[in-house]
Amino acid sequence: MNKITDTQELKRVASQVRRDIVRMVHAVQSGHPGGSLGCTDFMVALYFNILRHNPKFSMDAINEDVFFLSNGHISPVWYSVLARSGYFPVNELSTFRKLNSRLQGHPATEEHLPGIRIASGSLGQGLSAAIGTAQVKKLNQDKHLVYLLMGDGELQEGQVWEAAMYAAHNAVDNIIATVDVNGQQIDGPTEKVLSLMNLRAKFEAFGWMVVESDGNDMASIVKTLEHCQGLAGKGRPVMNLMKTEMGQGVDYMVGTHKWHGIAPNDDELAKALAQLEETLGDY
Amino acid sequence: MAKFTFTEKKDTRSGFGAGLTELGRTNPNVVALCADLTGSLKMNDFQKENPDRFFQVGIAEANMMGLAAGMTIGGKIPFTGTFANFSTGRVYDQIRQSIAYSGKNVKICASHAGLTLGEDGATHQILEDIGLMKMLPHMTVINPCDFNQTKAATIALASHVGPAYLRFGRPSVPNFTAADQKFEIGKAWKMIEGTDVSIFATGHMVWHAVEAEAILAEKGIKAEVINIHTIKPLDESAIIQSVSKTRCAVSAEEHNIFGGLGESIAGALSRNFPAPLEMVGVKDSFGESGTPAELMKKYGLSTEAIVEAALKAIGRK
Repeated sequence: MNKITDTQELKRVASQVRRDIVRMVHAVQSGHPGGSLGCTDFMVALYFNILRHNPKFSMDAINEDVFFLSNGHISPVWYSVLARSGYFPVNELSTFRKLNSRLQGHPATEEHLPGIRIASGSLGQGLSAAIGTAQVKKLNQDKHLVYLLMGDGELQEGQVWEAAMYAAHNAVDNIIATVDVNGQQIDGPTEKVLSLMNLRAKFEAFGWMVVESDGNDMASIVKTLEHCQGLAGKGRPVMNLMKTEMGQGVDYMVGTHKWHGIAPNDDELAKALAQLEETLGDY
Repeated sequence: MAKFTFTEKKDTRSGFGAGLTELGRTNPNVVALCADLTGSLKMNDFQKENPDRFFQVGIAEANMMGLAAGMTIGGKIPFTGTFANFSTGRVYDQIRQSIAYSGKNVKICASHAGLTLGEDGATHQILEDIGLMKMLPHMTVINPCDFNQTKAATIALASHVGPAYLRFGRPSVPNFTAADQKFEIGKAWKMIEGTDVSIFATGHMVWHAVEAEAILAEKGIKAEVINIHTIKPLDESAIIQSVSKTRCAVSAEEHNIFGGLGESIAGALSRNFPAPLEMVGVKDSFGESGTPAELMKKYGLSTEAIVEAALKAIGRK
């Protein structure tokens, strides 16, 4: 996989990925555009710059980095970056959420879509799996890293904290976890639904090294993840608390939980696409 | 002369422990996880001999299932260990999404299943676990009958690719199967040939079925005893073949009759060869505190109950 180092070039990929997301969700009138758009910059930085990965997919990921998506509902952004980085044909994005597709509503392994190593959707489960894979990397003396993205609303699931406690106790220091802190969940702002309080203090108390970052600034994301790589191997797991705006890139979707799981209509799609340059060619 | 005998009583969980210890020595890909019950699950020897491949997860079973799923990525074969209750009901969604739906090669090993857990009472005596596990696509469900069979099943599971549930128990029970047996997943074992009634038993109830056969023989009734150690995939052809000859059946299990082996057999028979079936099992209730023997008697899981069920099934032909 050729690494893209130029920030402007990464932004051009992100623009195309955002077009993919709104077009996929519009086509089936279902899916989750808000969180997908918010995490687009992170996912592009990860797959096109940070990850040492092989699009000739192997489940066991020997001698390559591994990425897990725990908040599986933002599948559109993952499918787009996987296709755009060569895991499967870009045209397959048109099958998203349709019958007999490998692109299930939430990511799954059942249909053998390259790039997916575990199903996610029921929240709170990804961190445990990522830690398990990280421990096996150590057993296998594989120096590559395990990355994970989860949502902030997802932190309301108890399993996340079981996993957080375990990773620190066992010095699982080859994992870089990122929380998409967009402050929104289905029923409203996280602060109103069930406050997460001080996340930095929480994870530090659980024994993690914590970094806070801006998830919608491409140069800053790359820098943050490089910084996290430098923190790996120091005896503690690494947590990147990344602030994003839900719906980033489409003005009328920004800053509200309304577009968590709603698809744009034809007019709204046109408005969205007018704001997003077609850089790599639509599928 | 008795067709099966035993010289010692042993717990099936120790069979699991012995199997795991052997796997630790022979298969470098086997790893084990335990949720604060290492001694109860008899995983100490594996832990001692393979400290780098043993993972103590604390009282956090949901995390344990997720960790195990993640550990398959990179080629390991994780065996998780805790009580049956905490191996299934407590973590059903973790198993469903991260293990079964994700097709992960995780072996969920569950001790203290059923009533014979004893004095701890109903909070810990799960009688629904077979049902929960057999309903999951991709999941193999195994419930061996004694120490030797549990050890053989544990070892066999390491060579089987795919998610599996291995159920065993706490008390010492007759160890009557061969130490060198070949364990074939999915293959029913006809232990005693008969022509009048087929007794399909699983787990601790297999020994009771063997005892029931002797009592029935004294009454001139020839019972066929079949050991169903693998509840899923169920060896339907063995069941149909036996019942085509005997024309009636009894199922015996230490589990709720709803969702257990009996229902699986009923399904197989009704689709292929309808015949009377009597179910020996717990009649849709929770358990309670008591000694294993007292509980098995009170809830109708005894040799006598199998004899009675056999006579009833024969009467319905």
